[in-house]
Amino acid sequence: MREAAVVSEPNPLQRIPGVAIVLVLLIALFSAIAPGFLSVANLSNVLVQSTILTMLALPMTLIIMTEGLDLSMGAVLTLTSLCVAIVSLATKSMLLGLGAGLLVGAAFGVANGWLVAITGIPPFVATLGTLGMAQGLSLIVSDGQSVVGIPHSVRDIYSATLLGIPVPIVMALVTYAAFHGLLYHTRFGTYIFALGGNREALRYAGLSPNKLLIAVYAIGGAMAGIAGLLMTARMNSGHPTAGLGLEFDAIAAVAVGGTSFERGNGWLLGTLLGVLSVGVLRNGLNLISLPSSVQVASVGVLVIVALFLDGLRSRA
Amino acid sequence: MTDITKEAMMPPRSFLSQDAIQVFYRLLAALLICAVLAVLSDSFLSLGNILNVLRQASLTFFIASGLTLVVLTAGLDLSVGANVALSACIAGTVIHKTGSPALGILTGLACGGIVGLLNGIMVTALRIPSFIATYGMLWVLNGLTYWYMAGETLHGFPAGFRQIGSGYLFGLPIPVYLLLVFLGIGTLFAQRTIWGQEIYAIGANPVAARLSGIPVARRLLLVYAVSGTMAGLASIIFLSRLNSAEADIGESLTLPAIAAVLIGGTSLFGGVGTVFGTFIGALILTLVLNGMNLLSVSANWQPLVTGIIVILAVWLDMKTRRRAQ
Repeated sequence: MREAAVVSEPNPLQRIPGVAIVLVLLIALFSAIAPGFLSVANLSNVLVQSTILTMLALPMTLIIMTEGLDLSMGAVLTLTSLCVAIVSLATKSMLLGLGAGLLVGAAFGVANGWLVAITGIPPFVATLGTLGMAQGLSLIVSDGQSVVGIPHSVRDIYSATLLGIPVPIVMALVTYAAFHGLLYHTRFGTYIFALGGNREALRYAGLSPNKLLIAVYAIGGAMAGIAGLLMTARMNSGHPTAGLGLEFDAIAAVAVGGTSFERGNGWLLGTLLGVLSVGVLRNGLNLISLPSSVQVASVGVLVIVALFLDGLRSRA
Repeated sequence: MTDITKEAMMPPRSFLSQDAIQVFYRLLAALLICAVLAVLSDSFLSLGNILNVLRQASLTFFIASGLTLVVLTAGLDLSVGANVALSACIAGTVIHKTGSPALGILTGLACGGIVGLLNGIMVTALRIPSFIATYGMLWVLNGLTYWYMAGETLHGFPAGFRQIGSGYLFGLPIPVYLLLVFLGIGTLFAQRTIWGQEIYAIGANPVAARLSGIPVARRLLLVYAVSGTMAGLASIIFLSRLNSAEADIGESLTLPAIAAVLIGGTSLFGGVGTVFGTFIGALILTLVLNGMNLLSVSANWQPLVTGIIVILAVWLDMKTRRRAQ
């Protein structure tokens, strides 16, 4: 599978149709069957609700590009969200809460990266183990209860606006710009492509693939920390199961967005469109009063179809 | 993955003897944990507690034994827990509606088997990596189960049916007899049948397996279907033991099942491991969780400990194998 990555340069034009068609079809479908879907209020709602997912899906793209996977992201997000809630409750400071979330998230990211890079444990099992650990820690620090009464400074982040744009959307756009710059305009970004495509080349160039891998997973953990702040702000509380399963939506967005699981090709804009597809799908199903269980099942179907098409493309 | 070809060239006999040593170490570990727990807690060695450990271990084992076959082919089935939940809810509904436990049991097994077969189709025909395909299936099943149950709980099943999970025969819980039966069948199937040996061969080197004429896709379908059916069986035992079914009963089952397989010495890279090892793995995990319970550690700690055990088990396994080469 490594050779394929070297030979076939990613051709974005070839991929644009896939995810864009999915998104357009979903929008057309729900415009037709879901009353109120096309209203400005609802569309901006879709965007705001997609911000947490954006913060997970972008680093997930980088991780999947290294032929890795991070199943622990949802559980780590839950834990960091609780950390934000507990620390900001104790110190009355939003920044200290964010710091705690970032620290815990990055620590889990480094642990994931260390397990994958140094011990060589396959990513999906290593991160399944840390998923259990983060879930357990969430139960332990919260004693299974919601953390309520957090300061206004945290809650306001979700409802505030900057130049008329909701702050979560501003944060998501800044994150996207940062990831775009990182992946396409820095040397580190080029190394990430090489981590999935040609690890040997990195070694010959005198670089340490292990350190780079740890950095990639650490970015994922840190982003879960920032997303944890948004999650706490959105729910105005910390809850020990709040983010469980969100990693699946992130993986879905990446898969629908055309990033391949086996060839080290990544496409950030595709991931962003993938996030919107998942967001539109969930929002639309919600509008036609289908329960969240059906939404979860349809995201599952979306992933399987996307991966099937990905497999077809890689064979073609 | 290249070092696996070396193992593939070994005759099947040497698998067994190497596995025998691995199983022996794990038995020692289980005994050691028993000794420690016997010292730390007075109630550990009581008959009631030991039977309880065996019964708990058998539940984990049913799910983990089918999963072992999947892992032997270098695959993974992350949907087993969600499969147990869906099968239990459907089987429970059938029993309530028809009043016939036999029909319910058949439906539960069939539901589990069909889900397993779908996993197999995704892995073979659609060529989706197994951990992603079954992870997608996990969420599809979760969604279906919650939608189907709509927050309801099924409760109260016929007394005869409840005997399966909570009854006793000659002083031993009935699940323990089932455990012995499936341990025997699983071991015989894996070690003494051609299909079993073909499964080892596929895991050790899929290309060589295909070139030597093994119908890889059909064997993989079988393996995933067996894993699903065993999840269906586990769902029946659960239903009968808990005397109720809810949509969320599967959520805490997948990680322990994977832990049992990995503690038992089955390699994630395929081709190495035994069903008996998985039994010891289930026993070790249950002993640890039981010990925490006896020492009044909150159940909140269980996912943390299970997660650490999963990582430690894979890490140790990889270390010992690297040294062996």
